[in-house]
Amino acid sequence: MSALLEVGNVSKRFTMGGLLGRKTVDAVRDASFTLHTENPEIFTIIGESGSGKTTLARMILGLEDVSEGEILFHGKRVGRRMSRAERLAFMSHVQPVFQNPFEAFNPLKKIERYLSSTARRFLGTHDRAEIERAMDAALQKVGLSLQEVQGRFPHEMSGGQLQRCAIARALIPNPPLLIADEPVSMVDASLRMSIVNLLKDLRDDFGVSVIYITHDLATAYYISDRLIIMQRGQIVEMGDARTVLDNPEHPYSRLLKASVLSTDDAGDGKLATDPAMVERAGAMVGHPGRLVARRDGRSVRVYEGV
Amino acid sequence: MSGDNRDILKVEGLKAYYQMNYFGVEREVRAVDDITMSVRRNEVYGIAGESSSGKTSFIKVLAAATRPPLRVVAGSAKYAFQSGPIDVAHAGPAEVERVRWKHLSYIMQGSMSVLNPVRRIGRTFRDFAARPLGLSGAAFEKRVVDHLGRLKLPPEVLKAYPHELSGGMRQRVTIGLATVCHPEFIIADEPTTALDVVVQKEVLSLIREIQQQMGSSVVLVTHDMSVHANMADRVGIIYAGRLVEEGPTRQMFFAPKHPYTAHLVASLPRIGDVTQRPALEGRPPNLAEPPQGCRFHPRCPLAVDKCRTEVPPLIEVAPNQRSACWRWQDVKPLVGAGAPAGVTA
Repeated sequence: MSALLEVGNVSKRFTMGGLLGRKTVDAVRDASFTLHTENPEIFTIIGESGSGKTTLARMILGLEDVSEGEILFHGKRVGRRMSRAERLAFMSHVQPVFQNPFEAFNPLKKIERYLSSTARRFLGTHDRAEIERAMDAALQKVGLSLQEVQGRFPHEMSGGQLQRCAIARALIPNPPLLIADEPVSMVDASLRMSIVNLLKDLRDDFGVSVIYITHDLATAYYISDRLIIMQRGQIVEMGDARTVLDNPEHPYSRLLKASVLSTDDAGDGKLATDPAMVERAGAMVGHPGRLVARRDGRSVRVYEGV
Repeated sequence: MSGDNRDILKVEGLKAYYQMNYFGVEREVRAVDDITMSVRRNEVYGIAGESSSGKTSFIKVLAAATRPPLRVVAGSAKYAFQSGPIDVAHAGPAEVERVRWKHLSYIMQGSMSVLNPVRRIGRTFRDFAARPLGLSGAAFEKRVVDHLGRLKLPPEVLKAYPHELSGGMRQRVTIGLATVCHPEFIIADEPTTALDVVVQKEVLSLIREIQQQMGSSVVLVTHDMSVHANMADRVGIIYAGRLVEEGPTRQMFFAPKHPYTAHLVASLPRIGDVTQRPALEGRPPNLAEPPQGCRFHPRCPLAVDKCRTEVPPLIEVAPNQRSACWRWQDVKPLVGAGAPAGVTA
């Protein structure tokens, strides 16, 4: 199997403050995983705010340099120091989808313009018919059509439709990998499932791998194949999504699962989180530990002497 | 509707429209269209609805924050506070001033933009609460510190600036601001939307705890049905400016009688279940020109001709449960949630 994306022992350290009182923050510590070309999958990164999941995504997109380790895409190193040609080639293979569709689009420009400039850039053509064909094909994949979108401004569409347009834009160069950073958290609950189902269809029908970044365990369980759970920059548990979420082992994963609001006992008003659980999960922060493989295929971080 | 004194808020036939006049062209957006409901004392009432469904306009009226171009066209929203009744739909600024924060309070969305970034939290507390409480100096300080203790916040936060606090702490501060005067009625507008799961649960249980301690009523607005499932005693669903269904939380989740509610409930994914979830197609209607008849009919799988022409009334379909659908008898829960015993199906 050949690797699509290799993330090898990646760390990211940010320095804060000036000459005096300089502090360093480890946003990501020693993260490793590999996506393969042969089996497209939805790979989920779960964690609360400040767990380093967005920093990791930015490094994969080459928007941020790694402090240690390396990220290889098709065997080539990813980073900010790529030349323009290298970056263009890279971006035609890896495309981002951002959190808030209302901010991703320029409110003063028609939606198709956003799509057509992407098409012009990555297809390297100025032929209008060809550009329109590419736009329409991408929009069809997300359940829209050029006819519906043409001539409309972002405010004329609902959040769900806009997010689908954003995904369509990302699909124009036919990338094998999409990086979706919280693509549903700003979308209404009733439209959320249409985006989530769309990501699933992209994997099944078009063979697109998706790195899905979220803090919502329920949708993660619903669509992902593999996942990693991050706590303060460290991967604490990784493996098959169903195996991990059905029976999480690391205290932090358990806390996350316990915090999901369930609808099974709707109306009972049960809410309290066990404080011991929060404490147990918090006690792990700052200890290095190491990832240990378990028999069911997952890896869990264990700590000696804690 | 039971008109006894258990109700703290009674809304009757409330219509609030955005009326605009640009260059001689009149435009009217019917954001709140004929809503009748009531909230009891000591209860959490959940309001659900997607963006642009008019739920924010509705609570603006409830919070007595109606500003042009939003105008109350008809109907009333009457509170029965201990200090006396007030109809906020028609009250003047002086009357509203008397009840604001002390009796009627508001937890706002987006704690980052609510708190003044260049003022310490303590100063914000003084601006907010010193006048309604009628306290000053050390007595005021003590009251605030006691209250913060109840929210599990250390007194040091009073000296902090908003950016020095984490998202969860900031949200707790805004809850503190809203509850420091022990109001009888609290409106919470998407209190946890920007927070992640662990913090969300903490903040929600805190709101619940405070509500139970003070015996106040809470109107909780969010589009996240799983929050309602865990927080609300009763849930009302707003679609395109109208209340389409209302009932006890349990019944709403296990025996919905409106297709929109059924959809909202069914679209929630659950851990341990990977069956394909249906997604609701289409987009929310434009409230400037809402569809004729039932406003949900363009997206409704059950729509028949009658739905396209006649507006369904909100009628009682089960004990305490009201639904505005011509075909409520045909509405089935979309996923087999396995209704537990004791739920009227």
